[in-house]
Amino acid sequence: MMMRSLKWSALALAMTLPLAAHAHKMWMVPSATNVSGADPWVTVDAAVSNDLFYADHMPVQTDRVVVTAPDGQTANVEHAFTGQYRSVFDVHLTKPGTYKIAAVNGGLFASYEVDGQKRRWRGEPANFAKEIPVGAKNVDVSESISRVETFVTNGKPSDAALKPGGKGLELVPVTAFTDLVTGEPATFQLLLDGKPAAGLKVSAIAGETRYRNAQEEIDVTTGKDGKFSLNWPHAGMYWVNASTQDDKTSLKQAKQRRLSYSATLEVLPQ
Amino acid sequence: MRRLLFSMPALLLAAPAVAADLNVTVQIPQLDVAEYHRPYTAVWVEREDHTVAAQLAVWYAQKESKEGAGTKWLPELRQWWRRGGRDLQMPVDGVSGATRPAGDQKLNFHEGKAPLGQLPPGKYELVVEAAREVGGREVVRVPFTWPASAPQQLAAKGSSELGAVKLDLAP
Repeated sequence: MMMRSLKWSALALAMTLPLAAHAHKMWMVPSATNVSGADPWVTVDAAVSNDLFYADHMPVQTDRVVVTAPDGQTANVEHAFTGQYRSVFDVHLTKPGTYKIAAVNGGLFASYEVDGQKRRWRGEPANFAKEIPVGAKNVDVSESISRVETFVTNGKPSDAALKPGGKGLELVPVTAFTDLVTGEPATFQLLLDGKPAAGLKVSAIAGETRYRNAQEEIDVTTGKDGKFSLNWPHAGMYWVNASTQDDKTSLKQAKQRRLSYSATLEVLPQ
Repeated sequence: MRRLLFSMPALLLAAPAVAADLNVTVQIPQLDVAEYHRPYTAVWVEREDHTVAAQLAVWYAQKESKEGAGTKWLPELRQWWRRGGRDLQMPVDGVSGATRPAGDQKLNFHEGKAPLGQLPPGKYELVVEAAREVGGREVVRVPFTWPASAPQQLAAKGSSELGAVKLDLAP
């Protein structure tokens, strides 16, 4: 029994490791996390890279970005531009409170063979049966939900925009996302499909990785209630990330669902 | 004239009963820099749990602009902003005003009167924060016990953006 589960976990590890090793980090960095005044704006860089936060690999597609205003309504992504290595867009913070800026990627992916040719498919569960040809061989289906977020507050923090959607990994504040300072531990709650995600590893990495010789990753594990606390060693922009996988797919042909969550959070000096 | 005559005896009678004064001197240092802007400055009283007991002063650029009269940069006073600055709607009568030049800036507050109001007996900190465009930021704290039983002079000193911060308490 023991032996068998060990074999299985080794296999699972082997399957995920090569992917994990090549997983670039996707991030969004706002020009400010606290704004004020009569007409506040922020500009946001969005990219996929290894080094935080240097855009040197791939831009984030801005049509994936959803901005939620403090009243829960969707706000506009303004002045969007996509370059070779990064996308840039602005958010006009016309309402008081906390804005959520999120990029959600994922869905159902399949690879299969028809007449010896490898093909790929991406789409909705309902279309799977009619879009994959009859007689397709080696059909391999997987599902993923990856959520990348950052937060900006105009004036006083609020949490109406931060209500979880109940799908995939999500983060909700105990400490306000835009009220983080060195010397004060911050507590957040990780949710999976809207329920506390217990026993998951969460890591935080400060930006400017180019100017040091180690990642200096801070690892913590969520408690039974999905909560975890982070002690910030210094001020800066931090990339907080968690990932997991399960078999709660939206299509029975998909065996595995891969889930990830990342947030860019700013920590200010005392 | 008549009002003055009337109010003077009233003031004399009232003064011993109303009591305590809290006088602050904030020294804004003279800096020899190529590009100088007067610092944004906030003065407030914190309780032991760091909540705000009284907002005493906030000085920021008053120049009109589309983005607001200097209010865009108020979050640069980081501690003040998160401790309660962000809860205020600018301008605040008797609290907000224009940035001040280098030198000793004297502020007088009277218990029972805005903006100090009533301060229940206890331990507090006077906090002064200054942030300067293209410059630095500094927070200076002066702990005190309220009310003072005898006239008391307390002080702390900043090292970069603030000079001496003096707190004179009169019972």
